[in-house]
Amino acid sequence: MVSGRSDHPKMPTAIKLLIAGGFGVGKTTMVGSVSEIRPLRTEETLTNRSVGVDDLSGVEAKSTTTVAMDFGRISIGDDFMLYLFGTPGQERFWFVWDELARGALGAVVLADTRRLADCFPSVDYFERRGTPFIVAVNCFDGAPRFELDEVKLALNLGPEVPVLLCDARRRDSGKEVLITLVQHAYGRRPNAVA
Amino acid sequence: MSNEWNPDEERLLDAPTVRPYVIARGRTDAPDRFDLISLAVTIRPATGNEIGLDPEHVAIVRLCRRPLSVAEIAAHMDLPAGIVRVLLNDLFDRGFVAVQQPQPEMDVLDERMYKAVLDGLRAL
Ligand SMILES: Nc1nc2c(ncn2[C@@H]2O[C@H](COP(=O)(O)OP(=O)(O)OP(=O)(O)O)[C@@H](O)[C@H]2O)c(=O)[nH]1
Ligand SMILES: [Mg+2]
Repeated sequence: MVSGRSDHPKMPTAIKLLIAGGFGVGKTTMVGSVSEIRPLRTEETLTNRSVGVDDLSGVEAKSTTTVAMDFGRISIGDDFMLYLFGTPGQERFWFVWDELARGALGAVVLADTRRLADCFPSVDYFERRGTPFIVAVNCFDGAPRFELDEVKLALNLGPEVPVLLCDARRRDSGKEVLITLVQHAYGRRPNAVA
Repeated sequence: MSNEWNPDEERLLDAPTVRPYVIARGRTDAPDRFDLISLAVTIRPATGNEIGLDPEHVAIVRLCRRPLSVAEIAAHMDLPAGIVRVLLNDLFDRGFVAVQQPQPEMDVLDERMYKAVLDGLRAL
C-alpha cells in the first residue's frame, strides 16, 4: 500500500535511536544537545503488553497507555535522518511497549552513579530484546566517580558492551556517545562477520 | 548547511480547537503501517478547497513540502501521533502525500549505511 520509491522524490532513510534510563537522568538534555531542531514532544498511544500481574485467567491482558516522548533529529546529508527518542522516564514500565524499540538501530542507556539501579530495567530489556546498546554514565556534579569497570561490574554487563562517561549537556559529548553507539551496532549487525 | 534550525518549520500551526477524536471523525483504527519515523512528503499541493479535506489535512500537506516524520508532524500540529496516522492515511489514499516506511529491522542496514552515518556524525 505504501508507495514505492519510484513515484515520488527520493526520500531519506529514517533511523531510530533510543535514549533510555531512569527518571531525571538527562535523556531529554542529551536529545536536545545533539539535535538540530529544538526537541519536540509527541504523544503516542502504545499497547501495554501484560506484565503478568493480576491476570489469573491466562488470557493476555492488553491495554493501551498514552505516553509523551521527547525527540530530536540529526540529518546526515540528504540520505539519512536520525531520530533520537527519549524513552518516557516517568513510566516505570515503558519497556513493555515494544513499539518504541521496534526497528531501533540501537539504544543509549544513561546512568547516574548516585542511582545506578535505575537503569537496570533498561539494560535488562535491551539485553533480552537483542537491541544493541551502550551505557553512558552522565557525570552529574558531586556524583561519586566510579571506574568504568566498576560500573560494568555493577550492571553485570557483557564484556562487549561499551561504557563511557558523558555530559549530556554538551554537544560534543553527546556526539561521542552516538558515534560509540553506531560503531557498536555496526559490529553487532546481523550479517557482521563475528 | 541544510542542517540549520529553520524557524519556519518551528512556527506552530494554529492550534486545533477541536478535540483530536473529532478531527479523525471518530476513527481510531489508525493504520499501523505508519511508524513514528515513517516519512511523509507532499506530492500534490492542496488548495484548501478540496472536498473532504479538513484544515488539518491541508496543514499536513503544507508542512510536508519537505519530508517529515509522523512524530514531527504530530509535534508541530500538537496532535497525538495516532490522529496524524489517520489523517496521513486519508492523504495517502487521495494521492497528496507519499509515505516511506523505515527500513525493517534486520534488513538492509548495510555497511554503507553505517559508514555514512558514522561519517555524518563525526562531521557534526
Ligand atoms: N550537572 C548535570 N546536570 C545535568 C546533566 N544532564 C542533565 N542534567 C540536569 O538534570 C535534570 C534532568 O534532566 P532531563 O534531561 O530532564 O532528564 P530526563 O531523563 O529527560 O528526565 P525524565 O524525562 O523526567 O525522566 C535537568 O535539570 C538537567 O539540566 C549533566 O550531565 N550534568
Ligand atoms: Mg525527559
